[in-house]
Amino acid sequence: MGAGARERGGKRRTSWAPYLLTLPGTAWLFVFFAVPMATMFAVSLQEGSIETGYTLTWHWPTYAEVFDLYRLQLFRSLMYGLIVTLATLLISYPMAYWIARRGGRRKNLFLLLILLPFFTPFLIRTISWQFVLADQGILLGTLKDLGAVSESFKLLASPVAVVSGLTYNFLPFMALPLYVAIERLDPSLLDAAHDLYSSRATAFFKVTLPLSLPGVFAGSLLTFIPSVGDFINAEFLGSSTTTMIGNVIQREFLVNVDYPDGAALSFLLMAGILVMVFLYARSLGTEELTG
Amino acid sequence: MGAQQAEVGSRAMTAPAPARRRRRRREWFLPAFTGLVMAYLFVPVIVMALFGFNDYRGRFNLVWQGFTLEHYRNTFGIPELTESLTNSLIVAATSTVVATVLGTLVALALTRFSFRGRAPLNLLIFVPMATPEIILGVSLLALFVSVQVPRGMMTIIIAHIMFCVSYVVVTVKARTTGFDRNLEDAAQDLGATPWTSFWTVTFPLIFPGILAAAMLAFVLSIDDYVITTFLAGGTVTLPLWIYGISRFGVPAQVNVIGTLIFAIGVVYVVVSVLRSRRANAPPPVLTKG
Repeated sequence: MGAGARERGGKRRTSWAPYLLTLPGTAWLFVFFAVPMATMFAVSLQEGSIETGYTLTWHWPTYAEVFDLYRLQLFRSLMYGLIVTLATLLISYPMAYWIARRGGRRKNLFLLLILLPFFTPFLIRTISWQFVLADQGILLGTLKDLGAVSESFKLLASPVAVVSGLTYNFLPFMALPLYVAIERLDPSLLDAAHDLYSSRATAFFKVTLPLSLPGVFAGSLLTFIPSVGDFINAEFLGSSTTTMIGNVIQREFLVNVDYPDGAALSFLLMAGILVMVFLYARSLGTEELTG
Repeated sequence: MGAQQAEVGSRAMTAPAPARRRRRRREWFLPAFTGLVMAYLFVPVIVMALFGFNDYRGRFNLVWQGFTLEHYRNTFGIPELTESLTNSLIVAATSTVVATVLGTLVALALTRFSFRGRAPLNLLIFVPMATPEIILGVSLLALFVSVQVPRGMMTIIIAHIMFCVSYVVVTVKARTTGFDRNLEDAAQDLGATPWTSFWTVTFPLIFPGILAAAMLAFVLSIDDYVITTFLAGGTVTLPLWIYGISRFGVPAQVNVIGTLIFAIGVVYVVVSVLRSRRANAPPPVLTKG
């Protein structure tokens, strides 16, 4: 009887309540996310200049022009994103595994310790890294005093500095989904593997790793996408040889005030990301990811 | 099922001794590695905190010259910095309240009703989170420029609400998905109206989730540089001010404010660990999915 009443009650409410509840949030996202995207698409097909104003002329060649001009920065960004994703995965997996499997009652404490540094503002963290990696800073200055590296050795303004800055800043986006996926794993599956005489390595590669793939996938997206689009790390830790596509887009919009070029570059960036994510999803296999 | 588990457990207990010893010997690597990574995560934080106590001369706070509490006494001695912090707090507080209300309503609808249009709605919530921040920023800039809305505090708040809503929906949904509808039915069987049962049963149960979502929205908003820079006009928020001053030497007051924000994080962690130990449940911020 109770179930019947709930069903009827549910059905009656279905008619209008969910729409009323979702309306404000949906409207906000529509007006300030979907509409701006459409606007930017229109802008990317405009011609003109800041003085004469812009008119929509469906000028598709802009895309080819900005691709020719900035493909180096675009591919560099995608490459940095790949390296960063791989580096965060290699750093986070052993840590997430240990916390999920051996953390015991202190699991939550360890996880919160991973998150804690990220309470400090993003810009301050990045400026701190700039300071740590400086030519005569606490890291290199000390190593040079000890004679461990040569006087001319540099880290700042190199691809290594940019990639390590990105790796640092996006690490928790990889670590948390990995932890959730590994923690969810039923330990008796591993016991079963051991009972069937699999070695620890085999058990890991045949049981733990495949079952944690959804976490690997989620973490990779959450790391790859923001790091490809980032321009703060390249600005504070890099040089003109590490310029990323985000730096170019920022310059087009804020310095050159060339909105069509900036808009077209933004869509090229998204296209690049979509292609990479699609290839990645296919290589992992969709069945594993939904499991 | 229970018997099966017990059997598996007992077999694991009686595993041959050499295997067990090998397992124990290998165990040092993972904890040591985890410890190293955690130390690495705290490197920039320690540097930041340390140089908030540095007694430096001139503009550049780069070399350790002695200990002082002067910057803590004089935290709000730079009017522009204080103003930018105030702006950031206004933006973060407003966007947190609005985004939390909007997002919670959507999350409730998604977990408690089945209705047409769920799939496109889920997409509309997910896609902004999977879009690089810079794209969110420049597309809003393109919109505001083409409809000739002047940029300032208002446009910053609009943008912050937009990118926080999705995170609120996801966080609150994680909390409401496991919610036991029977509790509400019980309340209604005992004569409560749907309205009463919502406020006396449902809301208190999902409140920790709402609180965690609000916390997340506040942190995302107060920390945002990328989106804000495109929409700020003449309004300067804390990250924008730090960015502007970084070329001329960051004053130690920035380190102090960063350290204070970090300290709030420490308090939050301590409280949630203590609370979860008492309730024997994971802290709300981590119950994702």
